Amino acid sequence: MTMELDVFVGNTTIIDEEVYQLWLDGFSVADAVKMRLENGALGECEVSGEVLHSDTMDQYRTFQMCERLLHCPSKLANQLLFQIPAHHQAMLIERYYEFDHMFAREVLGKKLSKGTKKDLDDISSKTGIALKSCRRQFDNFKRVFKVVEELKGPLAENVQHHFLLSDLLAKDYAAVVFFANSRFETGKKKLQYLSFQDFAFCACQLISYWTVGAVDNMMDDMDVDLEKEFLHDLKDLKVLVNDKDMLDQHKSLVCSQLRGRIRVFTEMEANFKNLSRALINIASKLTNTKDVRDLFIDLVEKFIEPCRSDKWTAGDLTLFLTHYTSTASTLETYRYQVIWERYMGVVKSCILKMYHD
Amino acid sequence: MPGKLKAKIVAGRHLPIMDRASDLTDAFVEVKFGNTTFKTDVYPKSLNPQWNSEWFKFEVDDEDLQDEPLQITVLDHDTYSANDAIGKVYIDIDPLLSSEAATVISGWFPIYDTIHGIRGEINVLVKVDLFNDLNRFRQSSCGVKFFCTTSIPRCYRAVMVHGFVEELVVNEDPEYQWIDRIRTPRASNEARQRLISLMSGELQRKIGLKVLEMGGNAVVGYLQCFDLEGESGLVVRAIGTACTLDKISNTYAPASAINPCNSSPSKDTKEAGFGEEAPGVPLSSGPPTPLRAQTFSSFSPSKSYSRQSSSSDTELSLTPKTGMGSGGSAGKEAGPLKALLRQQTQSALEQREFPFFTLTSFPAGFLLHVGGVVSARSVKLLDRIHNPDEPETRDAWWEEIRQEIKSHAKALGCHAVVGYSESTSICEEVCILSASGTAAILSSRFMQDGALDVDHRLSRQQAPVFTSGTEKGEGDMGSSASLGFEDLAPPGCGFCHIPYDELNMPFPAQLTYCHCCRRFKVPDVLFTTIDLPTEANVTGKGCLIQARLCRTKKKAQGEGNATSISNLLPFLEYELHTQLMNKLKLRSMNALFGLRIQISIGENMLLGLASATGVYLTPLPSPGGIQIAGKTPSDITYEQHISNMQKKINDTIAKNKELYEVNPPELVEEVIGSPIPEPRQRSRLFRSHSESSDEVSELDLSHGKKDAFVLEIDDTDAVEDIHSLLTDAPTPPGFYSCNTEIMPGIYNWTSALQMFTSVRVFRLSNVNLTNQGLNKVFNDLCENLLKSLYFKLRSMVPCCLCHLNFTVAVPEDELIQVAVTAVAMSFDKEQTLENGRQSCDKTLMKAITENEEQLQFPLELTAESSSNPLSSAKGLSEVSGALPSARVSSLEKASPLPEGRSRSLRSNRSYAGGSVAVVKMTPLSFIPGTKIIKYLGIINMFFIRETTSLREEGGVSGFLHSFIAEVFAMVRAHVAALGGNAVVSYSMKECVFMENPNKNQAQCLINVSGDAVIFVRESELEATPPQPQSASTQTSSSGEGT
Repeated sequence: MTMELDVFVGNTTIIDEEVYQLWLDGFSVADAVKMRLENGALGECEVSGEVLHSDTMDQYRTFQMCERLLHCPSKLANQLLFQIPAHHQAMLIERYYEFDHMFAREVLGKKLSKGTKKDLDDISSKTGIALKSCRRQFDNFKRVFKVVEELKGPLAENVQHHFLLSDLLAKDYAAVVFFANSRFETGKKKLQYLSFQDFAFCACQLISYWTVGAVDNMMDDMDVDLEKEFLHDLKDLKVLVNDKDMLDQHKSLVCSQLRGRIRVFTEMEANFKNLSRALINIASKLTNTKDVRDLFIDLVEKFIEPCRSDKWTAGDLTLFLTHYTSTASTLETYRYQVIWERYMGVVKSCILKMYHD
Repeated sequence: MPGKLKAKIVAGRHLPIMDRASDLTDAFVEVKFGNTTFKTDVYPKSLNPQWNSEWFKFEVDDEDLQDEPLQITVLDHDTYSANDAIGKVYIDIDPLLSSEAATVISGWFPIYDTIHGIRGEINVLVKVDLFNDLNRFRQSSCGVKFFCTTSIPRCYRAVMVHGFVEELVVNEDPEYQWIDRIRTPRASNEARQRLISLMSGELQRKIGLKVLEMGGNAVVGYLQCFDLEGESGLVVRAIGTACTLDKISNTYAPASAINPCNSSPSKDTKEAGFGEEAPGVPLSSGPPTPLRAQTFSSFSPSKSYSRQSSSSDTELSLTPKTGMGSGGSAGKEAGPLKALLRQQTQSALEQREFPFFTLTSFPAGFLLHVGGVVSARSVKLLDRIHNPDEPETRDAWWEEIRQEIKSHAKALGCHAVVGYSESTSICEEVCILSASGTAAILSSRFMQDGALDVDHRLSRQQAPVFTSGTEKGEGDMGSSASLGFEDLAPPGCGFCHIPYDELNMPFPAQLTYCHCCRRFKVPDVLFTTIDLPTEANVTGKGCLIQARLCRTKKKAQGEGNATSISNLLPFLEYELHTQLMNKLKLRSMNALFGLRIQISIGENMLLGLASATGVYLTPLPSPGGIQIAGKTPSDITYEQHISNMQKKINDTIAKNKELYEVNPPELVEEVIGSPIPEPRQRSRLFRSHSESSDEVSELDLSHGKKDAFVLEIDDTDAVEDIHSLLTDAPTPPGFYSCNTEIMPGIYNWTSALQMFTSVRVFRLSNVNLTNQGLNKVFNDLCENLLKSLYFKLRSMVPCCLCHLNFTVAVPEDELIQVAVTAVAMSFDKEQTLENGRQSCDKTLMKAITENEEQLQFPLELTAESSSNPLSSAKGLSEVSGALPSARVSSLEKASPLPEGRSRSLRSNRSYAGGSVAVVKMTPLSFIPGTKIIKYLGIINMFFIRETTSLREEGGVSGFLHSFIAEVFAMVRAHVAALGGNAVVSYSMKECVFMENPNKNQAQCLINVSGDAVIFVRESELEATPPQPQSASTQTSSSGEGT
């Protein structure tokens, strides 16, 4: 004796946010029922597993039918099949596109290709996120990427308009897309300590200051790529380390500013040339795509690690970078102020974000 | 050539990819009406085509306009092979034919394919130019309004209630034609959908003609059903109540408009045309008035004669026809008051072939007394129909059943049957026809030419209307007509007073004096099929009461099968009745409303499901408890067992009393008049089976001398009864349920509303089940379904599930199908507890005053919305309010679809940048907190869905889930296209589900109906003074309205 068929359809589609989350998290119906029973979030109504099972099945079916529409969220508002109140529509979309930062961290900078998709089970076992959920998140990345890749205008806004996401989530997607497009190296062991949020912050900085759209968002170019001209101009910064006089002058200016103000002054003084050289070298190499990819690993290896081994505090680092940037501008023979500040502004905030354990 | 139909295909969106190579579609559209077809250009390589076609014009007869749907087919152009069909849209243009309904159909319609479901949407504009047809021999009945609502629709008043109309059309079922063997499932489904659409159009037109003949202008309580008889054909039949309705407009409308009955020119011409202007028949009281009934005599008797004669030829029922007079008690006249009353109404009613009314709630003062439920069933063999393609045989069958109902009503001392409905259950070649209703005595005031205000009780509004001499006279007549009985009987209890003769009761009953007025006799229990009258005196709240029964039956063929079924039927009904009675007692209530008994046949079982809403009617005596007695009192443990059970029952009764707040005022029971006889089980249920009519046509349900509510435990049935009594789980806290329109005791509804449909199919295992086992399975199925509903709707608490409508079926050998459609409505807890009664009165009063104050506003709004789709859409967005919000604007901006689309869709109802209008659906005739300002026409849709990839679509549940969602979507789209924002009186008439999992196939047929309306929130009515912001643009058109 079995229930052959069991459906419930409301004129207004009933959506249980809790069940939706379980579905998104990739739980099977049986597991979801178990979780709901355990959660005991059902209040006073004493319900049997049977009732819960039937309800969960209904909800899962609804979500499956909605999924097609969620792939193109603007359709959700236009479709006639489900009558869903606006706030629920927004919730459905937002939750569907929300992703686990753990997962995103794993995929960040990887090519969003079939090959990566095949590795999802590894990611799943590593992060403990259900494979189903990983697939959804990966497909979301890919879908968003495909849509905004070729679009003009600000990246985050494009994501928001096409996928009707909140500001925050749209920015996160912008970061994912940006990383996937430039294929930044994030997987190296030395970078493992960095979270998705760290990278997302850096991506935001890069998008805001280093892309074509950063200079002039009326430009017909896209937000996804770094501005070629700017990268090329960065070569000019070499003068700061190649010109011995300038290097010494720069050092003395920084030292005079920081004397007594940072705890690691001696270490800084000893290391100044190395640190400066590291930063300038990174800048001058950015014309190569390969080196662009290595931006973060370079920053860590060449700059952050030396500082860390000398036990700089975040405050020390802030002061140093601030004055390192500003004093260079006061050098009489230095002519590249605009480029310099554009470069250092981003590098400084990235380093500060990345400088933690 | 009295009509011109114009259609324009604007655009499509979300079309499916038809060309795998390009991932695009080259779509074009065929627009077909009758035999004329137009085509749009091909819009190449797009999933969002912009056809923006010219106006396709069809010049057609209005007869065709009523019968035919507009058929729109979307196809994918293919240069080398045949064009692929994407899907179809059928648009019923009937709403455009009535001047008071919609004027334009415009909006996005889901493109539907019977194999693939909804595949994108199409934007269509449809208009009709109708030329006035003065030909009185016309075949069309354009302009007659149809309402599914079983009460006088909210923005109308009844001038006159003419009575019963019925019609039946038969056709060969395309599914069973030889050609079906060679055509594709899609072609066969489409043929069937189209045929049913045509048949319902024809049926509606024919009924409309009858209504015109009677002098009415509307059908209320229109109930259309399909019988899929299989080999012998496909029957579409409908019943309804013909009325003359008047739109409640403003007070300074000319009198002629208010009272078309007397002065409407069309009517006069018509009567002259018939040339039968009979001299007015003076009524016993009141001034001489021409009797409207003459019109009936001009057609119905002759018609019924011809039918009867033809039916006698083809008659093939298993037993001799019952005919009339089984009761023969018509002559038994009662006391002088009743006699007076009867004189008035009988004259009006006797001329009706069937004094039946499909209404379930009535204008104040119409329903005088209620006798009880009358029902009749008859078992027929479909393979014995001589002329399956002709309606005669079925006509005769129904005629026979109606006669029986009529005679039962007479036996109850009643001259009318209200809350009348008919249904069938078919299994192979056996068909059970059932009819039931409530015997009643009605006031004559709506059946003669006495135009009286109704429903809204606009007493003040009336004053300026009745100025002319004739009308004044009629007003007087109306009140004098009501003098006879009504004035003596207060409205709160009058309907409970027995209509039959106390000394000559049709069945044993215990009568007491009415607990309200203490002057008239009332029965101890009252069963009815109608809604609880609003003015009824009720104590506490009501609740859903269900009796469920399952009986095994041997598999048999033909006559043997029919005989065994008809032998089982009385027992089934008896047991259902006993169950109902016990459950009623258990809740210490004394009356049932909305009683609906459904009996469904399968190959090897019979299912019976009786649903009703139990209430405690204050005028009726308090019910006694339930006593359990054992037959063998010797055993001590046994006695203990019994006393345990007794205790449980008593506890439950006490608990229920508290739950439903049934605490009637303690009456000092002075025995007035007739000594109360010893308690006995009584029945108000009057039923019969024509098969067994040679013995006794009315089954006496009293247990002879046996003590009524004593359940003897030795009796296996009693054990079962007690079991089912005690297994009924109480509704969880915060929930109430009923199957009627309103729940007594709850008045302060909020606007939160959720209509839903739930379907379950249960497979019995191969194990041979006993009756008892089957019963338990069926009972659990229903109980669990209810539990699930409560759980799903828990966020709406406190709430009431209203109009819980269960339908059961036995689709296959071991399957039981239960489908429920209902609406959950939230209410405010605060006021429910204290003096709900008062608040009810207040809201009523408020409604009345509002009615008067706002009279002008609705009219303006109506005129405006009907004439300009854009502004009406705007109005709607304000009305529905829920969806389009700040969010929407960002949606609009974000739309990635090619620009230009939104610009071209001027008529698009999805205002606010493409978000879809909210359309509410409810099985009730109203939406709480709102006022219906316009009825746009009837929605009556029939869909077939079939799949050959059942597993891929998520199994049977996935298949049905999406189909039901699609049906809702199509209903909503049609309503929105008519300019409406809600469907009231929605019901799912049919849900036939068939599966073949081995072949990975399933098929489902769904028939839904309802009334499309425009509503506005009462709060908005109050907030906005009679000048809506958009009205300024519409002054010209609103001018013509006033």
